[in-house]
Amino acid sequence: MKILGIESSSLTASVAVVTDDVVTAEFTMNFKKTHSQTLLPMLEQLGRMIELDKKTLDAIAVAAGPGSFTGLRIGAATAKGLGLALNKPLAAVPTLEALAYNLWGCGGVVCPILDARRDQVYAGVYRVDGWNREKKGTLAEWVPEPLLEQTAIGMAELLEKLDGIGEPVTFLGDGVPVFREKIEASLGVPFAFAPAPNNRQRASSVAALGLEYVKRGMTVSAADFRPDYLRKSQAEREREEKEAGNAGVTET
Amino acid sequence: MKRNKTEEDVYILAIESSCDETAAAVVKNGRQVLSNIISSQIDLHTLYGGVVPEIASRKHIERINQVIETALSDAGMTLEQITAVAVTYGPGLVGALLVGVAEAKAIAYAADKPLVGVHHIEGHISANFIEHPDLEPPFICLVVSGGHSHLVMVKNYGEFEILGRTRDDAAGEAFDKVARAVGLGYPGGPKIDKAAREGDKHAIRFPRAKVDGSDYDFSFSGLKSAVLNYLNHAQMTGEEVSVPDLAASFQYAVVDVLVTHTMEAARALGCGKVAIAGGVASNSELRSEMKKACKKAGLTFYYPSPVFCTDNAVMIGTAAYYEYINGVRSGWDLNAVPYLKLGER
Repeated sequence: MKILGIESSSLTASVAVVTDDVVTAEFTMNFKKTHSQTLLPMLEQLGRMIELDKKTLDAIAVAAGPGSFTGLRIGAATAKGLGLALNKPLAAVPTLEALAYNLWGCGGVVCPILDARRDQVYAGVYRVDGWNREKKGTLAEWVPEPLLEQTAIGMAELLEKLDGIGEPVTFLGDGVPVFREKIEASLGVPFAFAPAPNNRQRASSVAALGLEYVKRGMTVSAADFRPDYLRKSQAEREREEKEAGNAGVTET
Repeated sequence: MKRNKTEEDVYILAIESSCDETAAAVVKNGRQVLSNIISSQIDLHTLYGGVVPEIASRKHIERINQVIETALSDAGMTLEQITAVAVTYGPGLVGALLVGVAEAKAIAYAADKPLVGVHHIEGHISANFIEHPDLEPPFICLVVSGGHSHLVMVKNYGEFEILGRTRDDAAGEAFDKVARAVGLGYPGGPKIDKAAREGDKHAIRFPRAKVDGSDYDFSFSGLKSAVLNYLNHAQMTGEEVSVPDLAASFQYAVVDVLVTHTMEAARALGCGKVAIAGGVASNSELRSEMKKACKKAGLTFYYPSPVFCTDNAVMIGTAAYYEYINGVRSGWDLNAVPYLKLGER
């Protein structure tokens, strides 16, 4: 099976082709240049390098959110356009699940965090060891097993939850440089920070996990796919607050 | 522009998402409409009294594939039969533009088709070609919408000279603000137009602004303030305001300036053809006053049907056709340019 992965949910721009259990090619950049200018040229170059026959792709996997609203939509529109033109389904892979998948095999729990501004992070807590504790020699989970589903959450609340889980934590994602000091100052359980090769979003993780989705029939049509922002637009939030009679009360 | 009979037909799949309409169309040889799909979000934005960019962007991504697929199926065409993919890349709301641009690039890349980025205003001007097979440049075009007010000399296909522009509010913006002030709601253009039909346009004399040093530039903020002052004064003195009279008088003041400037430009430049375009071009007062003025001056007047005045993808396909046969191609790094100037690439 051959899956194209697309990741543009925050600063990272990344495209990859995964063929069964091999990353055929991956092109990843963490560079301040708009995805609109980088993503398609990267895909075109990657495709040329591996002589990709686009029609042989089985599906397009895309980081489905959360992340930057605009970044998510550039990835989504790219995936939807490819799906429409190639008549292929999409695999909508949650951004944080794919990020946790970067560390597959890691013991303890993994906590990807993305800076969500307004004093929050987009975070999830996952077990990614895949070990079946009941039965030797078998895989328990093929997907990062969520102990906390991806959500927008305050950092203090997240750290409390991690102490509550009580296992060593490995952090990754662009929220780490923003909240590193806070974590070091207040987290009780042992923790580590993932290193450069796997501490940011990668399209190979999106594609590899997407391949597992496709195997299980968990696809969505290109027409129906939409990103999962985890947050309403500011205008909608303000209107709802106003309607609830809380005008002037600002959310934290 | 004459085309050689032996040349192959050119089919453009065009995509437009610069504001609050998600639109796609298939256009044959620049002037034949094979399909025209528009998914409007107006009801959604009415709740907020204007277009909310983030909501517009979210709606675009939800609807864009269905809109494109319907445009293809209505035209009875497959993507393989399309010659090139065209998309509006500016000016407009950046988040909204990006959806169309990313989608168009992906489709063109996947289907191995050339990509043509189109200027939104060039699209509006080109809307006049759709229903007027005889219309060819040069002509003068007044482009008036919620976001734009330009007086343009169309020298040739894809070649423009901006004669005048608004120094402050766009004409359509002034309609929206005045409509809000008198409680007619959003969108202001059609609401004012409707209310004005019951009113006397000579009831209130509002000022016509002249911009110093430029014969063709517009300014509508003074007029808007005059309307607001009139309302304030009426409220303080307890005088009752006739909304139809106010709407008609305000509309007449806007139209008067638009028509006068256009006629002056046509006379000074010796141009025998005048066209209008953009959302405000469907305003009934503008159409009838411009028609009268053109007739009096012996000029030929062109205007699109209302469906081609508001944002649509047919006009983008028409503009793209002339760019395409002029050899214009966009790269895979095509970006959305929210403040793109006319005639720039």
